[in-house]
Amino acid sequence: MALPEEVNALSKSFSGFGVDEKTIITILGKWQPEEWKSFRKGCPFVFTEDDRLFEKWNDEHIDLLEREFSRFKNAVMLWTMHPWERDARLAKEALIKQNRSYNVLIEIACTRSSEELLGARKAYHSVYDHSIEEDVASHIQDSNRNLFVALVSAYRYEGPKVNDEITKSEAKILSNAFKNADKKNPVEDEEVVRILSTRSKPHLQAIYKHYKEICKQTLDEDLEDGSSLKAVVMCLCSPLAYFSKVLNDALKSGVDEKTKVALTRVVVTRAESDMKEIKEEYNKEHGVFLSQKIKETTQGNYKDFLLTLIERGA
Amino acid sequence: MATLIAPDHPSPVEDAESLRKACEGWGTNEKVIISILGHRNSVQRKLIKQAYEEIYHEDLVKRLESELAGDFEKAVYRWMQDPPNRDAVLANVALRHVNQDYRAIIEIACINSPDELLAAKQAYHSLYKHSLEEDIATHTKGDFRKLLVALVGTYRYNGEEINASLAQSEANILHEAIRGSTFNQEEIIRILGTRSKAQLNATFNHYRDEHKISITKNLSGDTKDEFLGALHATIRCIYAPQKYLAKVLRNAISKTGADHDDLTRVIVRRAEKDLKDVKEFYYKRNSVPLDHAIGKATSGDYKAFLITLVGTEGH
Repeated sequence: MALPEEVNALSKSFSGFGVDEKTIITILGKWQPEEWKSFRKGCPFVFTEDDRLFEKWNDEHIDLLEREFSRFKNAVMLWTMHPWERDARLAKEALIKQNRSYNVLIEIACTRSSEELLGARKAYHSVYDHSIEEDVASHIQDSNRNLFVALVSAYRYEGPKVNDEITKSEAKILSNAFKNADKKNPVEDEEVVRILSTRSKPHLQAIYKHYKEICKQTLDEDLEDGSSLKAVVMCLCSPLAYFSKVLNDALKSGVDEKTKVALTRVVVTRAESDMKEIKEEYNKEHGVFLSQKIKETTQGNYKDFLLTLIERGA
Repeated sequence: MATLIAPDHPSPVEDAESLRKACEGWGTNEKVIISILGHRNSVQRKLIKQAYEEIYHEDLVKRLESELAGDFEKAVYRWMQDPPNRDAVLANVALRHVNQDYRAIIEIACINSPDELLAAKQAYHSLYKHSLEEDIATHTKGDFRKLLVALVGTYRYNGEEINASLAQSEANILHEAIRGSTFNQEEIIRILGTRSKAQLNATFNHYRDEHKISITKNLSGDTKDEFLGALHATIRCIYAPQKYLAKVLRNAISKTGADHDDLTRVIVRRAEKDLKDVKEFYYKRNSVPLDHAIGKATSGDYKAFLITLVGTEGH
């Protein structure tokens, strides 16, 4: 008979966020057939007994385990690539139908600097023999297309110079567009697209400030949760808050794979830029250290790798 | 091919000294200026500027600006600019012009290589503290805006890989979009604004094979519609740029009073690139060599400078 603590430990190491390699090696390495028998009987979410009285391993759990074993591998591979290649591959993956993930595209187009986005576009040429804008344009057929093509094509001015009169008037333009959302989808409004996809980030941040003065709400508060426009605005104007939220969602229990996979993506892509500031923002927003949350939620080599990355340049 | 004839290893110091002498004293020796600068490529001109600055602690271009005048001065000024700066300035001028001549922008976006366009955009950031896209977007509206911003914003794949079945399907989309009852601007802008040049040329070729008429002929001739005009220019700049430029030159020359801005722009921008091919198209279409036509339409030092850049081996 297998010890109950060992059964618990093994099923935990099999079914969490990442896999606990050490526990697996210790327990699996020494179990005899008797212990295996009781484990198969005692873990209904891993093994199911059918009417032939045979306990087979659940297909969903096999998929889950394969995914969890890959997490460390995926993190390492993403980390090993040049940052430009990372973004190119992430963008391509975000366009494939089953994995369609607008948020990843928005993240790459809007949180990277002009030179980083340009580098990603060059890398995309090398890896896929296409430009990122042609793939975005041909894969996205809905109302978001114009905005997204414009965002991935942006080569924003990066200096601090901002024209106060213009930012005030453009804040008004955005406010009108969002207020009329029931008549016309703001994502298709050509002025909204123009402002969000061509203006420099300092200019957009000034718009964000003026918008709050005019409307008493912030730009993103006036937008629907989960909408692509909200993600665009957050990425452009408050990227730290955006990343902190994405990380927090990824570390919640019971979330889907798309949400979970953001943990690897954000940690790996930001470890060399603003991870320190993201950690501070996370702590401010959620009252707990990111490293602590990661320790509690993930396991194994995956956990150790993530912790090492977020501690870089701490 | 280029028309510029430049020696292999001129001495920038000697050139700087000769130019200085040409500017000193009473009057200016324009012939010397033309004979030196008209026979130096962009790298050599940059070295002359540096040498002049080092020796005389003065900006050569500013000096030339004060010594020269009129179209000749404008042409020399353009010629002396670094190509990315030149293109950035031309784009900015096009936007601020009273009747906004977008053709310079389309030429820069579509005839340059993707990396040359990128260099022009970087120069634009430095010069104007804005991105070229944001300035174009604020000066234009509607489909015209969408097209121009897309042409300038794209960073086309610059390889030779093409997808033949895609060329076929997109040629059909373009045909439908142009001939169909609803002119589908979105698809036209998507295709022209994102595909690589190799892919677009494969598409245009397929269009011609399939419909027995070239796509440029299917777009009605001169049009008052801003968007259609830009579309026409875009396709011609991608498919047959030298032929297009020959036409621009012909229109510039035949206008009463001649459009010297267009003339200067095309010649200065292409003398080191493909002006020779442009000359051939010009001669085929007009039965007059380009340098003769320029000689008739312009005069003085301006004429002499242009003809030096254009070359006179004649046809």
